Amino acid sequence: MAIINMPALSPTMTEGKLARWLVKEGDTVSSGDVIAEIETDKALMEVEALDDGVMSSMLVAEGTEVVAVGTAIAEILDEGEESALGKTPPVDTKQAKTEPVSPPDSAPVSEEKSSETQLTTKPLPKQDMETAPQQAPQASPQKQENKGDRIFASPLARRIAEQKGIDLLSVAGTGPHGRIIKYDVENASPGMTKADTSKLRAVLADPSEQSTLIPVSSTRKVIASRLQQSMQDAPHFYLNMDIELNALLAARKSINGAQPDEAKVTINDLLIKCAAACLIKVPEVNSSWEGDHIRQWHHADIAVAVALDGGLVTPIVWQADQKSLTAVSGEVKELVQKAQDGRLKREEFSGGSFTISNLGMFGISSFTAVINPPHGAILAIGAGREMPVVKDGAITTATMMTATLSCDHRVVDGAVGAKWMAEFKTIVENPMLALI
Amino acid sequence: MSDKSKYDLVVIGGGPGGYVAAIRASQLGLKVAVVERENMGGVCLNWGCIPTKALLRAAEVYHLAATADQFGITIGQLSFDHEKVIKRSRDVAATLSAGINHLMKKNKITVYAATAKLNQKKGDDWQITLDNSEQISAGKVILATGARARHLPGITPNGENIVTYRDAMTPKTMPKSLIIIGSGAIGMEFASFYADMGVMVTVVEAADRILPVEDHEISAMAEKAFIARGITIHKAAKLEHVSTSKSAASGVKASVTIAGKKTDMTAERLILAVGIMANVEDLGLEEVGVKLDHGHVVTDGFGQTNINGIYAIGDMTGAPWLAHKASHEGVIAAEHIAGKSDGHTMKATDIPGCTYCRPQIASVGLTEQAALDAGYELKVGRFRFRGNGKAIALGDDDGMIKTIFDAKTGELLGAHMIGPEVTELIQGYVIARQCEATEAELMQAVFPHPTLSEAMHESVLDAFDQVIHF
Repeated sequence: MAIINMPALSPTMTEGKLARWLVKEGDTVSSGDVIAEIETDKALMEVEALDDGVMSSMLVAEGTEVVAVGTAIAEILDEGEESALGKTPPVDTKQAKTEPVSPPDSAPVSEEKSSETQLTTKPLPKQDMETAPQQAPQASPQKQENKGDRIFASPLARRIAEQKGIDLLSVAGTGPHGRIIKYDVENASPGMTKADTSKLRAVLADPSEQSTLIPVSSTRKVIASRLQQSMQDAPHFYLNMDIELNALLAARKSINGAQPDEAKVTINDLLIKCAAACLIKVPEVNSSWEGDHIRQWHHADIAVAVALDGGLVTPIVWQADQKSLTAVSGEVKELVQKAQDGRLKREEFSGGSFTISNLGMFGISSFTAVINPPHGAILAIGAGREMPVVKDGAITTATMMTATLSCDHRVVDGAVGAKWMAEFKTIVENPMLALI
Repeated sequence: MSDKSKYDLVVIGGGPGGYVAAIRASQLGLKVAVVERENMGGVCLNWGCIPTKALLRAAEVYHLAATADQFGITIGQLSFDHEKVIKRSRDVAATLSAGINHLMKKNKITVYAATAKLNQKKGDDWQITLDNSEQISAGKVILATGARARHLPGITPNGENIVTYRDAMTPKTMPKSLIIIGSGAIGMEFASFYADMGVMVTVVEAADRILPVEDHEISAMAEKAFIARGITIHKAAKLEHVSTSKSAASGVKASVTIAGKKTDMTAERLILAVGIMANVEDLGLEEVGVKLDHGHVVTDGFGQTNINGIYAIGDMTGAPWLAHKASHEGVIAAEHIAGKSDGHTMKATDIPGCTYCRPQIASVGLTEQAALDAGYELKVGRFRFRGNGKAIALGDDDGMIKTIFDAKTGELLGAHMIGPEVTELIQGYVIARQCEATEAELMQAVFPHPTLSEAMHESVLDAFDQVIHF
């Protein structure tokens, strides 16, 4: 018998979301089989079976958030072995945590939301307590539908409210235990109709009728906390530079002319290589603020911002300065694919020394990006646009882009940032220099 | 004054209002005394509800015995022992009154066998003088002195052949003939009892129908049933004059005007059952300044009079004059005094009324006419007991259950019943109204088979054209 506990997938991980079960109860599994996916900070992680056996119980329901590390999530039994846990239905710990249990003396169950389910959680037999250190269903034994506050109202009050278009949420009940009765609905202030109480509703309760509640994923939470922390901690300043892309476009054309389709490089790949070269040349920008010291990185470990449904992730091209353009290009393609599939491994997006965020494909001409800690700077790339430029006193056209460097002033001073941008402009406009 | 005679609450009157209020107040931790001049339990228990039910039970048994043949039971010569019938009624009352005394002890309530008179406050406490000169005091007072039979001008009950309810339930002999003035609950119960015991009964009612507070249809059905039992009924009949003579057989002559025509009727005895009047005299109410209206004490929803700290409940506060209304008011007042009120008061339309004649009559809420007058659009359901299996098996299938719904909201506005055991059935609708059930809940409720209560279900179904057994 083996209890599978919620694994700690990083040293700092204390909880995670059980994103998906990949096996069903009764499935035979072998040691090493992937049985579940856990969503943590920024990625989906796989949980492997540690023993051969039969999946006996899934103790945590798919989609359950905030499962503490160490919580028993499943039990694997040998063929014919009896479960030590009893047949315990999965517990949705999110709901159990957030839903108050209605008091036993509350008024009669209203027709609308009466689907309380009593879960029967058997305690572990004593002799197994040590082998199963934590039983998953620590949560309350009662489960309620997550539909906001229950309204206690008499059938007649409900009907009159419906006919009059009165929102019961806006009515104070004077019946037993605050139940809303006919009197209350008939004496509700006339203005308080369903439409009129949207503001009140927002304050009082779940504003589910005027809006949709989207659960915050682990990824979203991390984005929120990290970027908020970045804006609070890092004094940002921004440097804009208009850069001509004609040479880079020409270089890409000639490179791709010699490449098979699957190995064609993008402007972004080229910009990564250019940035990598500049980061080695101006290493002050390739640095992290660590409080009592600044860490200056030896390699250009460039994170690439990848937009996802419901978030973004920044997988890292490690040592981009050391890698060939095609190697960088191939790596980016792979990382983007993995990111979109939610299959990035933690080490593929943790750390790095610099970030490039490119919104050019959306036609954004220029923007400022929030520094991605622990980096000292982030480069925001706008769209390449063919536009009139003045060269040697004559108006001509060129494909121009605006790059914006967000710098953490604790690490990068204005002149240092400007120097880096000047180097970047030079190398982008003269890509052959990257070969040097 | 010693602490012994100082109370948190003194209740004046130990009837169904007063003793219930006292028990509730004691439960809530108050030091309580009750002052009762006669018997604990009041009129209800000693001279009203309970002893009349005992008499009516005797009448019912006699009636069943007389009609036993229809059940295949043969009974020989049938007769009754008048004294035993009356004695049983008195014994039942005595048993229950003793039970109330026990309840008082159990709840540590001091009972004073006395009359009481309110005096002005000293400090925080009302001073109460008992007729044995004893002085007691209390922070709060509940007046619960009830009511007595109303008399008509010029007609003086003599305890012999002109009587009120009290003498009517302890007759020394059964009269051959009887005139009953008034066809409310009291009048009709006596009519029913005496008729079953073989007395020629004539009912005189001033209104244009008997049981005037009931729904018109119920009144009409009751009248039909009473006439079928041989009871003579005069409606819209104005009693002009009553005279007595020495003649035993026709000791009472009543002059009555019916449709402008004066008629004399004679009988051996006459019962006055023309309502009641509150007992508000000699209580010190004027001295203290308690406000009255048409002889009744004026109170708010919690029983508070206009004088702070003085409450009044039950019959002395007005209609309906019913024991359960008094008890409920007693609880509300006690909780209010103890600071435990949840704000719950009582609506007159939520108080059921029961008349224990044969056939029984019970109702709650609005009559059809009252609902129409109030401007409701109605859905009315009717179900006759002849479509009810249990009623047929009982051999008692005359009667009807009528339900009245607000067509718009489905609120059960009223329910009116006549027939077997309807006084036990009515509480189903009382609960439905209290819980504010609509027709939907009443339709969805499962009624056991075979019971008389199925007729309640069917009546609701009928109001919405879904009746099954008709």
